[in-house]
Amino acid sequence: MPQPTKSWVYYNDRLARYLFISSAVLVSLIIICIIWFVGMQGLSTFREVSFLEFFTSSKWSPDSGQYGALTFIAGSIGTTLIAILLGGPLGLAGAVFLAEIAPPWVRAIMRPATDLFAGIPSVVYGYVGITVIVGFTRKITNSSTGYGMLAAGIVLAIMILPTVISLSEDALRSLPGSYKEASLALGATRWQTIWRVLVPAASPGILTAIILAMARAIGETMAVQMVIGNSPRFPDSLGSPTSTLTSNIVMEMGNTPYGSTWNNGLFMMAFILLVIALIMIILVRTASRKGAVR
Amino acid sequence: MKAHQANRFASILLWIGAVAILALLVAFLALILGRGLPYLTAEFFSGSDGVRGQLFNSFYILFLSLIFSLPIGLGAGIYMAEYAPQNRFTDLIRLSTESLASVPSIVFGLFGMIVFVNMFGLGFTILGGSATLALLNLPILVRVTEESLRAVPRSYREASLALGATMWQTLRKVILPTALPGLITGITLVAGRALGETAILIFTAGMNVSRILFDVNPLAAGETLAVHLFAVKSNPLPGTNSDQIADGTAALLILMVIVFNLCLSIPSRWLQYRLQGKNRG
Amino acid sequence: MDKIVVKELDLFYGEQQALNSINIAMKERSVTALIGPSGCGKSTFLRTLNRMQDLTPGVKIIGQVKIDGQDIYAADTDVVLLRKKVGMVFQHPNPFPKSVFENVAYGPRIHGETDKKKLSEIVETSLKDAALWNEVKDRLHESALGLSGGQQQRLCIARLLAVGPEILLMDEPTSALDPISTMKIEELIAELKDKYTIIIVTHNMHQASRVSDRTAFFLSGDLIEEDITSVLFTRPAKKKTEDYISGRFG
Repeated sequence: MPQPTKSWVYYNDRLARYLFISSAVLVSLIIICIIWFVGMQGLSTFREVSFLEFFTSSKWSPDSGQYGALTFIAGSIGTTLIAILLGGPLGLAGAVFLAEIAPPWVRAIMRPATDLFAGIPSVVYGYVGITVIVGFTRKITNSSTGYGMLAAGIVLAIMILPTVISLSEDALRSLPGSYKEASLALGATRWQTIWRVLVPAASPGILTAIILAMARAIGETMAVQMVIGNSPRFPDSLGSPTSTLTSNIVMEMGNTPYGSTWNNGLFMMAFILLVIALIMIILVRTASRKGAVR
Repeated sequence: MKAHQANRFASILLWIGAVAILALLVAFLALILGRGLPYLTAEFFSGSDGVRGQLFNSFYILFLSLIFSLPIGLGAGIYMAEYAPQNRFTDLIRLSTESLASVPSIVFGLFGMIVFVNMFGLGFTILGGSATLALLNLPILVRVTEESLRAVPRSYREASLALGATMWQTLRKVILPTALPGLITGITLVAGRALGETAILIFTAGMNVSRILFDVNPLAAGETLAVHLFAVKSNPLPGTNSDQIADGTAALLILMVIVFNLCLSIPSRWLQYRLQGKNRG
Repeated sequence: MDKIVVKELDLFYGEQQALNSINIAMKERSVTALIGPSGCGKSTFLRTLNRMQDLTPGVKIIGQVKIDGQDIYAADTDVVLLRKKVGMVFQHPNPFPKSVFENVAYGPRIHGETDKKKLSEIVETSLKDAALWNEVKDRLHESALGLSGGQQQRLCIARLLAVGPEILLMDEPTSALDPISTMKIEELIAELKDKYTIIIVTHNMHQASRVSDRTAFFLSGDLIEEDITSVLFTRPAKKKTEDYISGRFG
């Protein structure tokens, strides 16, 4: 063997390797920093406010020392559920259609179209919400303004469509072709094959799609803020103005001094959102691992 | 034949669902463009309430955020695709990337506010806004890079390494050029998303435009188009034609998204065409 | 003179042993064929000779592989120089998605050659040595992916020769090719052995007898027998070898 010659080629190789590793480590550090900073700021709320009050009271009136965030939590959960109930089935139908039924030319139109949906900025969704959807919800809920959970839910349902469609379609497409052949060969109709074989087999992937869609819906800020009505009132009907965690942060962040209990309370709401997002990721990992075991 | 009726019925329903999704999109575009396009005049950009400052800020912040996030995102993605051994460290980084991808943008915004606005004492600046926006880009960049590199056939790596190339030479001369179309598509996706981002920027770049036109000072406040649309729609200033500004801005944003997607997918197609060779077969 | 000497080589994939104390020596400027049923370890063994096996996660290698008297698994071995000296041709042709010229010039470039004139000389010589020059000289700057499978494989050989190796490892180089292309590669091997030490893995015993000077028979990770090709195919010493070459299994 010739003796090793340590020229710049080798140092470049080394250097590149170290740079790549440090970038990867930096990504980890960033998420840790986010959890740490937002968490510390948020949790300091509880120096002044009791845990119980924050999570179980719906009286949010920081001027008079009342910090009950239940309204916002309920608002966030409520809008997210409406979004999933409306957008989930439609998105799944779209995915099944694209994976199993659509002729190639229809697919060639629909794929980029759903991508375009994903590209529309969330303020534009909010803008459409104010200009059209609020008027529509005013009619069907018979309320005075139309702003509220239903309007926010409808906007979110449209926003999560691309997530549900593309991830579910991927899950359906990645199934082995033998499943479909076996079922069709037994004399099942296309629909029976889809409903009894393909959708159940793809269920871990579809579940992942739904969870990620929920994560997107609960964290969505601008579109919701623009149509929810922004009143710190517990959501007692679908058509009355209320607030969510995200919309309330946007509404009040600018008017509160940094470091005050009020301000910390808003950071606590952000921290709740962060924790929910992290839980969702763990759920997704579990779902996909289950899928892999099967 | 009950099964056959169910089958036909379901097919019809699925077609209706698909048509509804498409119709929804068409209605969206028609509504936004129909309302806004008539206002997109020279006056709209350079008049007294003109948005040319916001338009400039949008691209300037996007540009800076890509400068911050591209090296790290590409680096981490390359590490995950080419170097990462299967161990707990790799698993931790993968979990971090996935978690970062799921962080709601408002949380990024507040994080950026703590770090750049308060800790560094910058106030609302283009710099703070783009650095925070870079965090949003990062996980998508990592994923897109990893996926594009993994799509490069293993045989290319083997061939290059077997010729005595180092890993870095292999990456630079074979793997990255082959993965380029995928990378470009991915960066387009990231850019499109960053261009429309609002929640992050409200609390880091602020809702003001510098008095100087096309101010490249990164320490100036920098309201973008998307933030502007939010501002005029949710707090209309009395005495301005804020509805028209909102209509025009929404249309402009949509046009930008469409043009962006078209423009950047062309070079990647062209590259693909060149790499594959004309006389394949 | 022995170019490669392998002593007591064991290889493990995790817990599983894939090569059991292999001992073999290969002469300079000769062709050695490695034969055996699939999964017998012949390709695995081949890939230990330029340490491509290192790229597979979880592989452990014990023993000695000496090339020109130097142990390539010694701690101070420069893997990059090793692979420059011990080149490899793969089962499926794997040209880069670049032009014919760029494919061949790739090796010299990464090893520091920048002179345009020299590069074209190297490309021309290598393509001639790989018996491909006449077929591609008019399309040097077209994509290599446009060549036929056989041409691609000879391009890969040219790309390898351009680096200036001394040993050529060939891992079933013709298994993905048509008979005419296979014949051309075999003729090429016969020419190349004047300059290079060649080790070829093949599942085709006729090919082994046509191209090689010596043949080694592998079975389940063991080297059963190694001898002059004509001897091994006509008067094998071991029963297992005889069973295999007479087609009783594999």
